[in-house]
Amino acid sequence: MDLSAINPILLLASLMVAATPILLAATGELIAEKAGVLNLGVEGMMIFGAICGFATAVETGSPWLGFLAASVGGAVLSLLFVILTQLALANQVASGLALTLFGLGLSALLGQGYVGVKPPPTPDLHIPGLSQIPFVGEILFTHDVVLYFSIVLVALVWLFLRSTRAGLILRAVGENHDAAHALGYKVVLIRSLAIVFGGACAGLGGAYISLVRVPQWTEGMTAGVGWIALALVVFASWRPWRVLIGAYLFGGITVLQLNLQAAGVAIPVEYLAMSPYIITIVVLVLLSRDKARAPAALGRIFHASS
Amino acid sequence: MTETLLKIERLTKAYPGVVANDNVSFDIGVGEVHALLGENGAGKSTLVKMIYGLVKPDSGTMTLRGTPFAPAEPRAARADGIAMVFQHFSLFEALTVAENVALGMEDPPQMRDLARRITEVSEAYGLPLDPSRIVGDLSAGERQRVEIIRCLLQDPKLLIMDEPTSVLTPQEVEILFQTLRKLSSEGTAILYISHKLEEIRALCDNATILRLGKNVGTCVPRDTTAKEMAELMVGGTLQIPTRKPGEVGEIAMEISGLSVPSPSEFGTSLKDVSIQVRAGEILGVGGVAGNGQDELLGVLSGEILSAPDAVQLHGQPVGRLGPVARRRLGLLAAPEERLGHAAAPNMSLTENALLTGAVREGLERNGFLSWPKAKTFAERIIETFDVRTPGPENAARSLSGGNLQKFVIGREVLQRPEVLVVNQPTWGVDASAAAAIRQALLDLAQKGTAVICISQDLDELMEISDNFAALTEGRLSPPRAAAGLTVEQIGLMLGGAHGMEVAHIDTAEART
Repeated sequence: MDLSAINPILLLASLMVAATPILLAATGELIAEKAGVLNLGVEGMMIFGAICGFATAVETGSPWLGFLAASVGGAVLSLLFVILTQLALANQVASGLALTLFGLGLSALLGQGYVGVKPPPTPDLHIPGLSQIPFVGEILFTHDVVLYFSIVLVALVWLFLRSTRAGLILRAVGENHDAAHALGYKVVLIRSLAIVFGGACAGLGGAYISLVRVPQWTEGMTAGVGWIALALVVFASWRPWRVLIGAYLFGGITVLQLNLQAAGVAIPVEYLAMSPYIITIVVLVLLSRDKARAPAALGRIFHASS
Repeated sequence: MTETLLKIERLTKAYPGVVANDNVSFDIGVGEVHALLGENGAGKSTLVKMIYGLVKPDSGTMTLRGTPFAPAEPRAARADGIAMVFQHFSLFEALTVAENVALGMEDPPQMRDLARRITEVSEAYGLPLDPSRIVGDLSAGERQRVEIIRCLLQDPKLLIMDEPTSVLTPQEVEILFQTLRKLSSEGTAILYISHKLEEIRALCDNATILRLGKNVGTCVPRDTTAKEMAELMVGGTLQIPTRKPGEVGEIAMEISGLSVPSPSEFGTSLKDVSIQVRAGEILGVGGVAGNGQDELLGVLSGEILSAPDAVQLHGQPVGRLGPVARRRLGLLAAPEERLGHAAAPNMSLTENALLTGAVREGLERNGFLSWPKAKTFAERIIETFDVRTPGPENAARSLSGGNLQKFVIGREVLQRPEVLVVNQPTWGVDASAAAAIRQALLDLAQKGTAVICISQDLDELMEISDNFAALTEGRLSPPRAAAGLTVEQIGLMLGGAHGMEVAHIDTAEART
């Protein structure tokens, strides 16, 4: 066992990279759930975004167009969920599961020609000055734009939900869609927008895996990250900053346990592999001991009958 | 007659199987307080929903200040100066008071300014309310204040109030009326729906009476007796509850010196509460909602557990027994909140009958349910209490408030309780149904049941109670014989209007 092989700077820097896909997907799902929609299709939208982004980046040579295509792809796939649940009034759980299976299958089909291909690298943003700060600068300020965007997005979502009128209406729709309808708010439209936002975020998160984190394309490469994102939203009590904590905790322990495995720690690999899940859940359960409550209309079908 | 504000002509709206409104016409003048009367299901709610833009009429026209008025959505109606206080509160429980108010406004100010205005208006109109509280923790009466203040902040021209006083105490009603009269004198018209005919006589200038969707007449409430109005509504004569003197027996239910904290963060804890009810006695418990009513019902029904000896049924300690065990012993309860507490909204009436009737009516055996028996029991409730529904297979949610109330009270009454606890038994129920429910409680007492009736409706309590006690801030006054008790004495027992102030008219004027 050689713990000195673990470079703390690299460890902390890669923690942030590992956490970003989860953070993006969970933030999008948070908005959808705050609007009262339970979209279990996060995994499907992520993997679809991963291949859309990967293929576009390879074909155009631009990772930025790749990320853009990934969000558009995720959003388009989520429109399917909009049609099923908001227009056809289908059950949200079943529709979400179908979306995940569909996304996994479709991405495998689209990605057949891309196995083994290397994507164009996503340049890191070395912020002048800040990235020269020893230790902290290397950890915090040597990442790519998408990673910073994910943190800014959490802040924006927090601000949106907390202090904007639109955010208030979104929460109201998720809380009591009948009352929101009675006050004249367009429940279906608001929910559809929330779902599409969630889809775009999930797609972006998926592309972050295929373009930055790994970076390559393999079938099913999201490997359950979408499900972790879903669970994070719940354990984070639908609060943006807690989602951030949860995502970084999960990312951190994932990276740490990989390093520990590499360093040959005398703990069976299986325990190390399950540790991120257990520790993240335990910590968030402890955090959410206060009166955390799901949006009251979460998962319920709205039909404007009066 | 003053200038006409809203003219309604031949409005018709049909739903599958029922014509909710059939050629309804009437006018509301500027500053007029206009009452809309009718039994449950007479089409009052549909009519006001059309005015508020929630429902589109099939035919007929509305004219607002001489121009055609056809609001496509509530937002348009609100923009034209129409505001509505809903019967079933349209509030968001997880949000704060200020956020709820903001959602009902077209162009709300900053949260901080809004909170200040809420405080101002609430004080001006004697409706105290903390803008930062979560609505889910408020009592029914407090929730209504949120709705009223939401409307008042919009400076409405026409204020629609659907059953506004059903959850208020007489003092609160008086203050609400002062508010409404003041609004009316400022030129705001009020369309007022209520079952309480005496209130309508005290408040309203004109009344339109609906029966089965048709306008069956108008009257000037001040010149019409409550009985005449009730008979216009029913289309026949009205039965007034009568009581035959019954024997008062042994102590059936006793609580001694009980203090329990409220399970809700903002609830009222019970403090040193003592109750004695004898078989055949009706004890009325009056007081403003939010003074421990829900907790008292919880303690009696077994939803809130206490020390074993603190609650005794026929001298037997039951404080640690849950609701099912207490039901088995004959202690039954019907809580206030119909949807969600007394009845499961999405389950059928048969299933709802089973939920509380299983133990005493023998609807289950060895864990298996007897559906035929449950259905028969549900049908018996529907028949005995004149619940208007196509059949017991309908969901509880589909019934109107009054009909569901008849069902949940009837369900307990028919289980031959030895002690029955009811909370707000006639909330939102029309005059004839309320009379039927009160009659059922009286009949029950006459057969030797001890009844505890928690209510905010003092007229109701005076009508049926033998003894009266007041619940204020979690403390219960010693009971007094109800006969001969005057309104002033009751007011003293209630300790005045809690947290209420008489409207500061000066401040209110400064606002406008």
